[in-house]
Amino acid sequence: MMTGVAEDEDKWLAAGIAGLQQNAFYMHRAMDSNNLRDALKYSAQMLSELRTSKLSPHKYYELYMRAFDELRKLEMFFKEETRRGCSIVDLYELVQHAGNILPRLYLLCTVGSVYIKSKEAPAKDILKDLVEMCRGIQHPLRGLFLRSYLSQLSRDKLPDIGSEYEGDADTITDAVEFVIQNFTEMNKLWVRMQHQGPAREKERREKERSELRDLVGKNLHVLSQIEGIDLDMYKDTVLPRILEQVVNCKDEIAQYYLMDCIIQVFPDEYHLQTLEVLLSAFPQLQASVDIKTVLSQLMERLASYAALSSEVLPEFLQVEAFSKLNSAIGKVIEAQPDMPVVGAVTLCSSLLKFSLHVHPDRLDYADQVLGSCVKQLSGKGKIEDSKATKQIVALLSAPLEKYNNVVTALKLSNYPCVMEYLDNETNKVMATVIIQNIMKNNTHISTADKVEALFELIKGLIKDLDETLHDEVDEDDFKEEQCSVARLIQMLHNEDPEEMFKIICVVKKHILTGGPKRLSFTVPPLVFNSLKLVRRLQGQEENPFGDDESTSTKKIFQLLNQIVEALSSIPAPDLALRLYLQCAEAANDCDLEPVAYEFFTQAYIIYEEEISDSRAQVTAMHLIIGTLQRMHVFGVENRDTLTHKATGYSAKLLKKPDQCRAVYACSHLFWVDDQDNLKDGERFAIVCFLHFYCAFSGKLVLRIGAMCLS
Amino acid sequence: MVLVLALGDLHVPHRAPDLPAKFKSMLVPGKIQHIICTGNLCIKVVNPCRIEQLLSLRCECLAEEVHDYLKTLCPDLHITRGEYDEETRYPETKTLTIGQFKLGLCHGHQVIPWGDLDSLAMLQRQLDVDILVTGHTHQFTAYKHEGGVVINPGSATGAYSSITYDVNPSFVLMDIDGLRVVVYVYELIDGEVKVDKIDFKKTTTTTAH
Repeated sequence: MMTGVAEDEDKWLAAGIAGLQQNAFYMHRAMDSNNLRDALKYSAQMLSELRTSKLSPHKYYELYMRAFDELRKLEMFFKEETRRGCSIVDLYELVQHAGNILPRLYLLCTVGSVYIKSKEAPAKDILKDLVEMCRGIQHPLRGLFLRSYLSQLSRDKLPDIGSEYEGDADTITDAVEFVIQNFTEMNKLWVRMQHQGPAREKERREKERSELRDLVGKNLHVLSQIEGIDLDMYKDTVLPRILEQVVNCKDEIAQYYLMDCIIQVFPDEYHLQTLEVLLSAFPQLQASVDIKTVLSQLMERLASYAALSSEVLPEFLQVEAFSKLNSAIGKVIEAQPDMPVVGAVTLCSSLLKFSLHVHPDRLDYADQVLGSCVKQLSGKGKIEDSKATKQIVALLSAPLEKYNNVVTALKLSNYPCVMEYLDNETNKVMATVIIQNIMKNNTHISTADKVEALFELIKGLIKDLDETLHDEVDEDDFKEEQCSVARLIQMLHNEDPEEMFKIICVVKKHILTGGPKRLSFTVPPLVFNSLKLVRRLQGQEENPFGDDESTSTKKIFQLLNQIVEALSSIPAPDLALRLYLQCAEAANDCDLEPVAYEFFTQAYIIYEEEISDSRAQVTAMHLIIGTLQRMHVFGVENRDTLTHKATGYSAKLLKKPDQCRAVYACSHLFWVDDQDNLKDGERFAIVCFLHFYCAFSGKLVLRIGAMCLS
Repeated sequence: MVLVLALGDLHVPHRAPDLPAKFKSMLVPGKIQHIICTGNLCIKVVNPCRIEQLLSLRCECLAEEVHDYLKTLCPDLHITRGEYDEETRYPETKTLTIGQFKLGLCHGHQVIPWGDLDSLAMLQRQLDVDILVTGHTHQFTAYKHEGGVVINPGSATGAYSSITYDVNPSFVLMDIDGLRVVVYVYELIDGEVKVDKIDFKKTTTTTAH
């Protein structure tokens, strides 16, 4: 059925164009023979085609454009007629005899244009007459096009300051008055379209209205181009009149479009100075208007304006832009209690971006915005709506992107509160974004409180916030998250050992809440960070007056023991063994024999009780022997015990070749070149004997034996 | 002229967050013909494009498996297993022939005492190679030994080592041309990349057994 209508429309349009063209032809003939009477007759007939009610706006426009082109020629003809002696006043009179009102008014406007150009009467008078006469057409579509025609004709003929049509002292007022009146009438016609026709065609009507909106908006554009309008006039006359119409028309489509139009066509400087008036209109608009988008647009424009040059910044302060916008948003939200969460958050997000661009040094403003966001979200629990969630993430990301320094974002007291409202999934993603910001900007987090605050913020990654969800997490995603936490731990640093130790304690506290799945990722970086600290302290001499509370290598080793021990809950014996050996070596370098021995003992226990895979055992033995070989801190007894055990383990490895190699390696434990007390010839020989023993029952390279004995 | 990149002991993310930026900007795809890696790369990790799907945010420093990153530099990648590598399929040792040279690759924790030249020379004879590349000590070394060469490219990230203090990030680039190999070592010292080179010529007689 719809295609039927469309086909019909095409037919009517074709008929209309044909009629128009035919009359235009006769009109041209009349014009060529200077026959005014006939020219008027045929032009009126031609314009009658525009009286149709059968066309949609889109098709009517096509017809209108052809008429427009013809009227240009007619206008030129009128001009020539006046030069040939015809009085313009008479002509103005004459065209009003046309039979139907629509053609009459089109002709009148056309003559009016010539009349104004002749300057036989003040432009303002003619314009006033025309704009009033157009009231004769109350049909929305026809009226809109007629007034649009008037607007087009009059654009370059307004009595603006500096134009050739400038009038007396009130000239600007007259120009403004004309345009505003035309605008007001056009808007009324446009709004009336909403209520024409049956309810079931509402959607089609709204679409048609949308096609016509620029006709109405053009008037505002014309206003913005009038040279004579200064800030005061805009503030006192122009803006209030426009807003009055916008508010009073009580039409959702018009209000949204026109508010947006105002913001786009008038200069940002004006908006800044009229901020209060402009903002006061918003709560008065219809509840269904998408205010948040318009307000966001306004804030974005102002933010860009501020970004242009620092010279305009004092203006922002002077008009108290931030506080005005802040309270305006509050009023809007108050006036619309049913506004969905995404609306309130979008507004906060735009205001935050505004604040960050215009007042980057005012962290309190940013915090205020976050605070009002928290207020809006309170009582709602975790946000489910994905659009709202996206907006919250945009809100939280803005300070990170602006400052490129997480430490600054940590100063915003409401920041963690906003994060609380994200669902667990998004919370983790946001935490990862924060970590990546740190990595990208190489931000060093250097005090224990900042680390504490940071780890609180990213707690979604550090531990399970919700017991039940863990099974649903994707393996690879989980690994990626934990790796980024591991990288983060590398970024924590302070030159002062005391502070660094505090940082390590804070991190330990947090990662130990992570549960078995996370420890294998988070423990190693913390261990190595601690070992680096040990190395730093090694160089420093023991302070004889230092109190027991100060950081010492012993304290760090105690901590290390606790950290590595946590791996037993997973369990992760291979990793734990390696880390114990690393600690032992570090203790060796600090000359702490009991500590080193303890670490070795732990490593051996793990080897005996938990490492059963043969290949793992081989690697473990290499590490044990290699580490032990480098130990110089052990006294004879301890060294013997450890070496004896190592040799014993080696001989018991599963495969003969592995046994041989391991026992051979043990031989180095008895003979360390640079330490004379460790050259135990007797034991060395025993080991070599063991070696030959293995040789008879398996493969062996004989030259090794020869090397031993030399 | 065949370029071989030798590196290892990255320990990402246990001991270092990433390769130094200056190294990353130097290592571009398409210039290197072979990569040999002594081991201890990293944990296996996957590219999180999921974040982008969720948020449409730009994430500029996404983690990437070091293995995959190296593969983009050059598809011919050889790796041996370090004691912290999670990937169990890397071999303990590997040999390959490039031009006139036989190369051997091993992480080095298996050779005790760690870093001992004589013990490494044994491994070289055992694998029967001209150039032996090992790691573990995080200390760059290059020795001529009995007609062959023993190289340690150090740690590409400057990771902590119990064996070496003050580790500088380093890697090695070998230019193999006929019977001659030029070993370039790149070290990041105080924020600047310093280059050094050593020349080796393979004698026409075979390596000593």
